[in-house]
Order: sequence, then C-alpha cells, then structure tokens
Amino acid sequence: MSYAGDVAALARKDLLLELRAKETLPSMLLFVVSALAIFHFALPRGAGHGAASGLLWVSLVFTALLGLTRAFVAEREQGMFDALVLAPCDRSAIWLGKSIAVFVFLVCAEVVALPAFGAFFSAVDGRTVAAVALADVGICTVGTLFGAMAVAGRARELLLPLLFLPMAIPIVVGGVGGYLWFLALYDVLFTVLAWAAFEYVVAEA
Amino acid sequence: MKLPTLAAVSTALLGLAIALAFFYAPTDANQGLSQRIFYFHVPLAFTAYACFGWGAWKALLHLWKGDPGADLESYVAIHQGVIFGSLTLLTGSIWARISWGVWWSWSEDQLVLFLVLFLFYCAYFMLRFSVDPGPARANMCAVYALFGVVLIPVSFLAIRLSRKFIHPVVFTSHGPQMSGAQFLTFCVCLAAMLGLFATLYALELAGKRLDASLRELKELLA
Repeated sequence: MSYAGDVAALARKDLLLELRAKETLPSMLLFVVSALAIFHFALPRGAGHGAASGLLWVSLVFTALLGLTRAFVAEREQGMFDALVLAPCDRSAIWLGKSIAVFVFLVCAEVVALPAFGAFFSAVDGRTVAAVALADVGICTVGTLFGAMAVAGRARELLLPLLFLPMAIPIVVGGVGGYLWFLALYDVLFTVLAWAAFEYVVAEA
Repeated sequence: MKLPTLAAVSTALLGLAIALAFFYAPTDANQGLSQRIFYFHVPLAFTAYACFGWGAWKALLHLWKGDPGADLESYVAIHQGVIFGSLTLLTGSIWARISWGVWWSWSEDQLVLFLVLFLFYCAYFMLRFSVDPGPARANMCAVYALFGVVLIPVSFLAIRLSRKFIHPVVFTSHGPQMSGAQFLTFCVCLAAMLGLFATLYALELAGKRLDASLRELKELLA
C-alpha cells in the first residue's frame, strides 16, 4: 500500500473505533461546554471580549489534551502498539493517522464549542476560526507525538499535560493575538519535527 | 582536560570574575550597585542556553549516530541547564525587584522565556523518571530535548509578540552597548560561568558513569 493509503487506513481505524465505542468525543464535547460554563462564572461581570477569548483558548487546549490523553490508551492497554510497529508500513504513518483522527475529534468538539462560545460570551469572527484551525494542526501533531511518549511512562495521564502545556504556550499566544502567520510557522516547524521524530519514539530497542 | 585541572581553572576564573564584577567594573550611573548583578545574571542565562544546546546536540548524536554515551551526556547537560536556568530566574527576579520594585515582571521577556523553558525542562525530568531505563527512554528523552531547542526561538518570538518590550537591551544589532571595562568584566564572567558548567558537567558525568559501572559490577556479582 502507498503511504497515503496506510495513513488513511490507520485514521479510518481510529474513527471507526470511536464511532462504535463513543468514548472520546462525547467526553470532549461535554468537557468543553462545561468548561465554558465554568468560565462564565469565573469571569467578573462586564469582563469584555478580550478576557473571554483568552478563556476560549484555554478551554480548547484542555479539551485537546483530554482527547490526546485517550489517543494511545487502547494501543498500550491491548498491546496494539507492537502490532502496529510490526506492520509493514512507515512508522510515521502511525503518527499521521493518529494525528488526523485526533484532529477530526477536535474539530467536531470545536464545531460545538465555537457556537456555544458565541452564545455564552461574544460572537466569533472569521480570524478566530482561522486561528483555531491553524492551532488545531499544531496541537494534534505535537500532542500525538507526546501522547505516544506519555503512554510509555508510569504516570501516563499525568505526564502528557506536563509535557504538552509548555509547548502550547506559543499556540495560545498566537491564538489570542490572532497572529495567523505565527501559528502557521509553528505548525510547519513542529509538524516536520514530529514527523521525523516519531519513529524513534515507538522503536523498541 | 582532566577534572581537577578543569575545576582549578574554573575556580580561578570565578574568583577573578567576582573580583572584577565588584571592584574593577565601574558603577552604573543610573542603577548603581544593583547593575552589578548583570555580570552574573546574563552569563548565567547564556550558560543555560549553552547547556540546553549542548544537551540537544548530544540528543541529536544519540538519534543520528547511536552514540552509546550520548543519552547520559544529554541528560547531564540538561540537568545543569535547569540549575543555571533557575539561577537566572532568581537573579533576574532580584534585579526586577530592585530596578522596578516587583519580584516578577511579565513584560521582561527573558524572564518569561526562562519560565517557559524551566517548565518544559522540568517535564523532561518527569518523562525521564517515569519511563523505565532503556533504549526506548533514551530515544524519547532525545526527541524531547530536540523539541526544546526548537521551542526556545519559537517561545522567544511568541513572548515578543505578546507584550511590549521594556527589558533593558544591552546587546543590539550595533554590538554590545558597554564600556571597555564593563565588557571585559562581562567576558570574564561569561567564561567563568561556562567553565563552571564544564566542571559540573564533567563531575556529574563522572559520578553517573561510576554509578553505572558499580551497578554492572553488582549485577555480575549477584
């Protein structure tokens, strides 16, 4: 099979699993809406659009973390990682397939979150939507790589936020400021790095 | 260079650096005595960058060439980097307190960058101590260390974008804005800090290697 075929098959596997088990996406949806509701009460009255848009980014990053934490759990718990590594495909295809699946989950969550944000706080403009879309790429590619690292550790769910949040600071800066070029730069830089590095993360010995 | 020689050289350099910083360099007209912390703060920061860079270089050697000792060397360099980085945060904080009356200033982007790096590299230790020792751990740590050096310029750019810029800029595109005596003191201080790093690095590495061979011996005897 070609590289694209491998990636598509792997992404399809994750999406199909989710479609049948419905484990990750409902919790992400519930989480993001609850987080926005909590932030409504955390903000002082009349805090304005600036404060609210900052909270949108916080809730998106944490929602993504929720999905990323779950991403490799099935692989580790059911020993699927070994099978995937043995499969006759490029190892980076595993990463790309998983990133695409996480990206789809995240976009689904945002399709609910952005209108909810518009209803709870203030309307979302096109620039924010573009920034969210660009940020998603960086979050999913870097997060998937770090997720694969985190499941190898004993701390697992605890480890991923620690690894990922410092990496997410530039994303939040770019997102809140609406610097689309900066988010694009981040995406390109770290996607290439993650793509090249994934092989080493899953290679056993 | 042997460890005792290295230690002696960096001790002498450190002594000279302290003497120059306190007695030779002229007192700053605006900031007075407190400006002298610059001779420690900035070399500490440079040294921390050097540590992280060296750690990433060793990580790259590990992934690329499969150099057997590179994983440990990368870890030790990053460990030293976190120590120098913490000292940078501390001295920067003291400077901010005296110059601006606050312990922490979000508008000082070097401080904020060091906070981000501090968080990032602390997570490196969490990763390292959470995964069982072996080639898989070595690979993951190396990948994480490489992400770190790419994160440094990206974060720096992000922080510059995010706030207005009031940190005193000493190094501009027109070269260092210092007098000759200040520059000499600064260079000696920088050399001293780098020497201190080299010594501590060699010392910790020697200790870790001794530890590893002791463990091997114990396993052979058991």
